[in-house]
Formats: sequence, C-alpha cells, structure tokens
Amino acid sequence: MLSTIFSADFFSAILRCTTPILFAALAASVAQKSGICNMALEGIMLFCALFGVLFTSVTGNFLTGLILTMIAGGLIGMLLAFFVLNLKTDEILAAIAINLIAEGGTVLLMLAVSGDRGSSTSISSFSAPTIAIPLIKDIPVIGNLISGHNLMVYLALIAVVIMHIFLYKTPFGLKIRAVGENKNAAESVGISSRKIQYVALILSGVLASMGGFFMSGGYMNMFTTGMVSGRGYSALAASAMGGNNPIGAFAVSLLFGASQALSNVMQLTEIPYQLVQMLPYLVVLIGLGVYSYSVMKRRQSLAGK
Amino acid sequence: MNSKNFELFRMLFSIVIAVLISLLVIFFLSDQPLLAIYYLLTGPFTSVRNFCNVIESMIPLIFTGTGVCIMFSANQINLATDGGFHLGGLVAATIVLQLSLPSGVNIVVALIAASVAGGLFCMIPALLKIKTEASEMVSSLMLNYLSLWFCTFILMYFLQDPSKGSASYKFPDNAELLTLISGTNVHIGLFIALIVAVLGYVFLYKTKLGYELRLTGENKDFARYSGINIVKVILLSQLIGGLIAGLGGGVEILSPIYTRFTWTSLLGYGWDAIIICTLARKNPLHTPLAALFIAYLRTGASVMARYTDVTLEIVQITQGIIILLVVAEQFLSGTRHKIIAREAKAALKEEEGVA
Amino acid sequence: MADLENNIVLQMNHIMKIYSNGVVANEDVSLDLVKGEIHALLGENGAGKSTLMKVLFGLESPDQGEIVLNGQATTIKSPQDAISKGIGMVHQHFMLVPSLTVAENIILGVEPRKNGVFIDMDQAVSAAAEIAEKYNFDLDVKAKVEEIPVGLKQKVEILKALYRGADILILDEPTAVLTPQETEELFIQLEKLKADGHTIIFISHKLDEIKRICDRATIMRSGRSMGTYQVKDITTEEMSRLMVGRDVVLTFDDKKPAQVSDVKIQVKNLSVRNGQGVLKVDDLSFELRGGEILGVAGVEGNGQSELIDTLTGLNKHYKGVIEFKGQDIAKSSIKDIRELKVAHIPEDRMVSGCAGNLNILENMFSNQYTDSEFSGKILLKLKRITERTEELIKEYLVKCKSYKQNVGMLSGGNIQKVIVAREFSTGPDIIIANQPTRGVDVGASEFIRRRLLEFRDAGCAVLLISADLNEVFSLSDRLAAMYKGKFAGLFDDVSKVTEAELGQYMLGLKHQEEQGA
Repeated sequence: MLSTIFSADFFSAILRCTTPILFAALAASVAQKSGICNMALEGIMLFCALFGVLFTSVTGNFLTGLILTMIAGGLIGMLLAFFVLNLKTDEILAAIAINLIAEGGTVLLMLAVSGDRGSSTSISSFSAPTIAIPLIKDIPVIGNLISGHNLMVYLALIAVVIMHIFLYKTPFGLKIRAVGENKNAAESVGISSRKIQYVALILSGVLASMGGFFMSGGYMNMFTTGMVSGRGYSALAASAMGGNNPIGAFAVSLLFGASQALSNVMQLTEIPYQLVQMLPYLVVLIGLGVYSYSVMKRRQSLAGK
Repeated sequence: MNSKNFELFRMLFSIVIAVLISLLVIFFLSDQPLLAIYYLLTGPFTSVRNFCNVIESMIPLIFTGTGVCIMFSANQINLATDGGFHLGGLVAATIVLQLSLPSGVNIVVALIAASVAGGLFCMIPALLKIKTEASEMVSSLMLNYLSLWFCTFILMYFLQDPSKGSASYKFPDNAELLTLISGTNVHIGLFIALIVAVLGYVFLYKTKLGYELRLTGENKDFARYSGINIVKVILLSQLIGGLIAGLGGGVEILSPIYTRFTWTSLLGYGWDAIIICTLARKNPLHTPLAALFIAYLRTGASVMARYTDVTLEIVQITQGIIILLVVAEQFLSGTRHKIIAREAKAALKEEEGVA
Repeated sequence: MADLENNIVLQMNHIMKIYSNGVVANEDVSLDLVKGEIHALLGENGAGKSTLMKVLFGLESPDQGEIVLNGQATTIKSPQDAISKGIGMVHQHFMLVPSLTVAENIILGVEPRKNGVFIDMDQAVSAAAEIAEKYNFDLDVKAKVEEIPVGLKQKVEILKALYRGADILILDEPTAVLTPQETEELFIQLEKLKADGHTIIFISHKLDEIKRICDRATIMRSGRSMGTYQVKDITTEEMSRLMVGRDVVLTFDDKKPAQVSDVKIQVKNLSVRNGQGVLKVDDLSFELRGGEILGVAGVEGNGQSELIDTLTGLNKHYKGVIEFKGQDIAKSSIKDIRELKVAHIPEDRMVSGCAGNLNILENMFSNQYTDSEFSGKILLKLKRITERTEELIKEYLVKCKSYKQNVGMLSGGNIQKVIVAREFSTGPDIIIANQPTRGVDVGASEFIRRRLLEFRDAGCAVLLISADLNEVFSLSDRLAAMYKGKFAGLFDDVSKVTEAELGQYMLGLKHQEEQGA
C-alpha cells in the first residue's frame, strides 16, 4: 500500500478527490465572506452533477454542457439568495429545503429522462477532457505530476487564484468582505448588502455547480443518486478551517481530498470497506474539532485569561 | 384577522402553495398527470391498507419530530437526529439478535439501549461545541455519515445473513412489537410515539428543565444572567432529543414493518424531523398533526408511484417548498405589517381616549 | 424671514414611524434645516431622535410624512440614496469594518480603480490622506481600524461622509464616547465644517454641549416634536423641561435619612480585565451597607459594566476579594450569588434582561422558578406562577393585554417594569441596578426610583450605576464618580457636592487622593 501512496497515480488521485471539495469550499468561502453560511452547497452540487450529464448529453458537447450547468448552479444560488435575503428565511432551513428538493428532484428528473432511478448509465454524456500540457508532460517525474489531469482539476486550481484576487484585490471583493464583517458599516456608505450577498451567493452557486459537474463528468462518468454524499458539508468545514479565504480553503480541501483518496485506496485492502468509508468524515470531524479548539485557545489567551 | 390567527393562515397558505407547485411538477413530468394527482391526493383512502400505511409512517416521524423540537428549542442546530435514529435501530436489532432474553424483556432492553445510544450520539455535537466551539451543524452532519457506515459495518460483519446480501438474520418472533390492527402494520409504537409527544410537551412547557431549556434557546445571555447553568442545559437538551430519536429508531426496526435490519443508506428521518418541527412550531404536542400531514402526503405519493410513472421523491420537493415558505418571515409580511400597524394605531387611540 | 425660507435645505414634515413590533417611534414629527447651521436634535434616550434620523438617512421608511430636500419633495429609499443626495451620517455605534485599513474604510463603496478591474490602493491611500489633511484630521490612513482609538474612529467616520460629498452631516450622539479633549477637538472641527458651508444635525441630550455649539435646537419627547428654538433664546432649564416634561431637578421630598446597618457588599482591591485584556477595573475598594444607596456616576466605558459583571458572577476572572454579607463569592456561581438575595437590573434589557420571544410570565420567573413556592422537584407550579405574575403585573403597573403577551411586543418602559418586578419580587437584600431607567418613560422611571428608595428604607443595600446625574443625585446616600476603573471621587455626603464638581471627577479632571473606603 505504501508504494501506492507514493506514486504519481496517487498524487493524481488526491487532486481528483480534492477537486469537488475544493470547488465547494471556494463556494462556501465566498458566501461566508459575505456573511452567509451556504449549506445548500450539497444540494447545488447534487443538482449540477445531474445537470452536467443531461446538458452535455443534449448539447453533445462538454463545454456548452458545463456552461449551462454553471448557469443552473448560479440560478439555484440566486433562489437561495431570494429566500434568505428577500423573504428573510433562516439560511440553514432554506438550505435544508434546497437540499431536500435536490435529493428528490434529481431522482425524479433522472427517472423521467432515463427511466432508471439508480444511475445515468443509459444517458450518453460527455466528461471534461484530460489535459496533457505540451512540453511539461515530457519532463520526467514532474511531467506526470503536473500534466495529464482532468480539465476541471486545472480549473479548480485556477479558481483558487482567481477567487483570491477577486476577494482581496477588486472593489467588489472589498465590498463582499465589508458586508460580511459589518453589514451595517457597508450599508452606511450606500453599499447595498442585499446586492452584494446576491452576487456572492450566485457566485457560490456557480462554483459549487462546477464541483457537481466534475462529480459526474470527471470523478465518475455518470450520475448516481446521492453521489455527492456530504462533500458539500465537508466543504463548509474546509472553508471554515481555512479561515474562509481561498488559499486556506485549498489547503484544507487538499487534506480532505487526500483522506478521500486514501480511503479509496484502502478499499482494496483487507480493512473492512465500511470502516474505510468512515475515514474522510472522521478526518473532517477531528480536523474541525482541533481547528476550532486552537482558535478558541488563541482568543482566550489574547483576552489574557 | 388578528396577528396570531394570521400566522396559522400563513402556514396553511404555504402548504397549499407547496402542494400546488408539486402538482405542477407532476403535470410536467407525468404522462398521466391527472391520474397521478388523483392518487397523490386520495391515495390514503383507496384502501384500509393504504390508510393504515399513513398511521405506520407517522410513528417514526413523531419520534424524530419531537426529538428535534426539543433539540432546536435549545437553539442548537444539531442535525444528528438522522444518525441517532439509525444507530437506535441498529442497537435494538443487535440486542434482539445477539442476546436471547425472555419475551417482553428483550424488547424493553432493546428499546432502552436504542434510546441511550441515540441520546449519547446526539450529545456529541453539543459536547464538541462546548469543548472546542466547533459548529454543531457541520459536526452533526459528519456524524450522520459516520453513523451510517458504522451501522453498515456492524450489519455486514456481525449481523449479516449470508443468504440475504445486505440484510441481517431474521429477528426472533418474540421481538416484534404488537400489531394493533390485524392485517396491517399499525403497531403499538403508535401509542409510544403519542406518549412521547405528550411527555415532550410536558417536559418543554411544564417542567423546570424544559423552562431552562427554552430560556437558554431564546436568549442564552438572559438564561446565564438568571443563574441557569447553560452548559448543563444544552447538553441535556441534546441528550433528551437524542434519546427520543434513538427510541424511535428502535421502535421502527422492531415494528412489524421490518423483520430484518436492512438500513444501508441514510434514511432521511432527520430532515423530515426538521420540517415537522417547523410545522409544529417547536411544540411537541403538535408533532402528531404535522406527522399525519407528512405521512399522508408520503402514502399518497407511494400509491401514486405504484400506479403511475411519478415516483415517491416528489414528496421531498413538496416538503422542501413547505419549509421554504413557512420559514420565510417576509412571506406575506406586507399583510402582517398592515395588521400589526392597525392594531398599534387602535391601541394608541385607546390610550389617548383614556388619557 | 424670507431669507431664512430661502436657505432651508431640508424639511421633514409630519413624519410617522411604527415599527413591526407595534412601537410608535415617531408620531407626527417635523424638522427643518437652514444651510450652514448646527442644529441640535435633543431628547432623552428613546425619544425617537435616532428613528427620525434613520428615516432621513433611508434606513427606515416612514409610515407617513414627507421629506423636502432643497425645495423638492423626495423619498429617500436607502442610505445610498441619502448619500447621493448629499446626506452623510456618523452613527453612534461606528459603522467601520475593523479588519480593513482607514483608507479602505474611507474609499469603501467608491473605490478608485486601476486597469478597470482592480482597486488602486496607492490612489486610495493618497486620496484618504488628502481629505484628512484638507479638514485638518491628523491620522494614519494605513492603520487598521481595529487598532486605532475611539476618537480616531469617529474622525474616520466623519471623513467617510465628507469624502462622499456630504452637505448635510448627521452626528448621532458624537460625544458619548469621547474624552473632554477629544470633544473639544471635535467641536473645533465642527465649527470649521460649518464655516465651510456644511449643515450639521447634532443629536445629543447634553445641554451644555448644545448651548456651546448649536444654533437651533429641535426638542423631542416620546416620539413627538416639542418645537424648534434658537439656542441663544432658550435656557438650559427650559430645554430640559421640554425634554422631560417637567423641571428635571428630581427631588424626593419624603426621602428619609438613611438608617445604615451592617456591611452587605465589601470589595477589596478589585481588578478586572475585559475580553481584549484591557484593565477596566483598577484596584477598586469600597463597601456598601444595608439601608443605603451608593450611586456610581461616570461616562460610559469607565469600567462600570465590568464591575457589575464581576459582582453578579457573570465574569469570574478577577483579582481581589468580593464579599456579600461576609461571604466570599470567588467560587460562587451566578445562581449561588442570586441565592444570597442579590437582585440585578442589567444594563441592556434586551441583551440579558429578558427573552423577547417568550411571554411575560416566562420572563417574570427566571430567577425564582426553583423556589419551592413555584416548582416541585420536576414540574413547575404553573397555577401559582400565573397568579403571582398577574399580581406583579398589577403591582408594577405593566401595561399589557395579558401575561401571555410576548415581552418583545411591549414598550421599553414596560419591559423594564417586568424586569424590575422580577428582580424585586424576590425580596432582595442587595440590589445592583445598572442604568435602571435608561430609555424608560418618565412615569416608569419615577416608579422604579421610588421602589429603589422603598427597598433602601427596608434595609436593602443598593448599588446604583447610572449615567443620569439627576438620578444619582436624587437617590444616592453616598456618591462615587468612576473614571478609568477607579472611584476618582467618593462622597459620603451628597449635599456637599455639586453636579459640576462631580462632572470634573467623572471626566478625570479631579481626583481624591485617598479613597474613602
């Protein structure tokens, strides 16, 4: 098993497992920076995993499929924003509602389209392609590490950089951070916190949709019911533990992704499959506990107690 | 209409809208929409069996709904009810399968153990929150998956009937809860559930601890200022909510509906419990009514699924929309503000009249 | 007169605002502003000043009334709208983003850009520095807001408004958080702004300040306007009479001499740090006997809150010794302290004094439901509790429909009465009252003050913390001025100290060398 872990394949597996969580963690952090906990990530990812299959199948092209899926994700984010911001719905309960609708809606929709309620094998969809980077791919060792991943993996990594620049270098990012930290302050200088939070949630939806798209068009090549299985929730933890900034979220997502990859590898060993399945969730739970504890201690020591 | 009645009206109106939207969805998805809608709305009355099905499905909903009412009353967004219910089912199943206790005793022991398991499980997020300030919401979500895989592990390695795939050995005959109406699965668990709902109400609204719990949930600082030990109250609230969820899982698995432990995916009772808690406005006494509504909807949907091309999952959509609308404070708020402003103006006039 | 008419920049006519909980905050209020004046908006806490300004700044929409800006009727839909119409507001609680720099806070919402997409940070810094210089505000625009003192934060607030081109500047109780020197500096800056053609609305309830810098004053009382006056034509006595509805010099003619008994509270060398590690109570010692009221006056933020939190057990981290009735409370929980018959009227009734979503009955018993009169081992004796609640509602004149009404739906004064009824109904030996009549109407205030005197006469020890000098003067047997965590002055005979003198101790201008413990 050790030899598996230190191979280039395993490195690629880690990136593959990290990607959906990373997209979702970025989605969580932009929402959280604007002051909203977007627990609906889970539902958005699930919906978009199915949409990815349907849209690429209908358009016959992965790129238009991806774009349509991103639009759909943005719309769901907007729906959440409408309920939370306009109708003053509790954000957690609204998210639970959206997740429920996603859980039921995906089955309903898939059944209507394919006649199957378990997986979308009968639909011929298009996954995102694997990218071989010219020149780099030919460098020994490093070539295999850097080149040859799924397009969505690269997009996720690029998204980390873009989100960082967006949040910390642009006027809009400044407004998002101001609204999230002190809504009244932002309002008092004429920033419409509602507008800012709308945009943040739509963006959050778009990012989550890319994670969902990758689930069924890259991580796997089809949609299966409930396939997101808590990744959206893990992403909330990843974002929180990363201080709700993109770089931090990336680091923690990598940890969670590695635990997922390890769990996938360990399924081939003697260790009971079910126990191995617990690993990623356990890592999140323990990580969250340790992180929160250290933050608490730091704050208390600041207070000089 | 005064402001209090208005809240009730708003809830009913939300339900009606949610059902209408679901019907609209059916209309688009189905080849025989009218038939599907007919079955969805009248399904429970198409046979005695179907009607009894409503009663059966109410039972677990009352348990988890009451549990969540108590947990949420302490203002803890603890979503571990699902895992607690699951674990309760596993523990009860394990006890009746592994220990050969005398009839009657086995059920009682199994249910108590199930309850304790659920209680301790649901207390973990609160413990973590108190010790490390980790968000109870995220930790409880992770715990649900841990519970699922742990239960499946126990099932596959200790309880599995090799001839059945992912199912346990058959429960002994003396481990089945009493059936109330022969020929159906309506069982004595119904009474247990109703008693739990009533006790839950008495606990929250008539006891010292219940009062402390609601005070803590409504305003933690006020509770602390009043001399309440809020750490103790929060832990106990999650324990008690979990006890009820675990008991529900035990009752469900020992009911005539199941003859083996077969749960290998998350059951979603935790989410159902949240909608029931929302509809019951955190009052356990109202959970049976809310559970009846959800059970009715679900039975209707399963009848519909049996005879038409629309599946059961439509109910999740209805439930989701109900939550969205009922919890949406501003939904119909214009009307509410008008009512309140009118009442305030009337009160003002009254005061001036007196002065 | 015609000239005055022409120079009117803003009129608010017949404004009415009812909040969703049914509170009528403004009832037919009118206000007009003349260009280049400093206009005082004067009233007690809860008189509706802030609400009126929120309406003007687009934070609340009025239920009735109109706003006329430069001769044209207009509606102000949002703060953005207000800002674009040249109205700026400096809020009482600063509207700053702590983790951002001064410059970032100033340019927030109107950021200079480079390449069309990014914030031009260099330009932001120079623009912020430039405007600070123009108005003679001395501050480092690159510092993070969370790291600068309160006085500077207020300057950042004013700069923010000016940077956005505000002609009308609303200042909501700007001096409440300032030291006398900072206040003086602020006044000089306001004069400068006035000379520059800005119109300023100055919200305050400090009469001397209004006399000092304002041209006209509009006086508000319980949601209504009591008229607008030329400040030079009206005396402070008249202003205070209009503000509170009678001559403010409170006297309780029937106040008997104090009959002191044994020591109920003994505090020795108490030091307390706040959550940020700042020393807020500094080696404080005092004692308080049964049958007397010790009034503690002071500008907010001088350690009063920390003192009270520590005395009542809410904060357990302190150095020194606190004894109630001879018993050290270092290890006592809040409940233990309450069981020593200590009543506590908290500073902010909505934060820790009540649960707004619970009804009157549920709020009336939080401190005594464990009493065997009101509960058994497990169950509450709801019948008895209901009877007692109804008695208390009558006794304390709580205006409500029934005990089932949620406390959040009551007016401030009535909420305070519920809290006072709850705290006093246990028959306390020690009462710790922190701002007991803040934001409470005159009738309720008088009622609460009378009760405090009654308890004192019955042998209770009362620690009264109040920013209302009138209140501390009229009630206290002994009087302390708290400044920077110490009693700068402690007077055993209240009649020997004047308000002005006490004020000097409160502001740290005077100190008694030896504290009379």
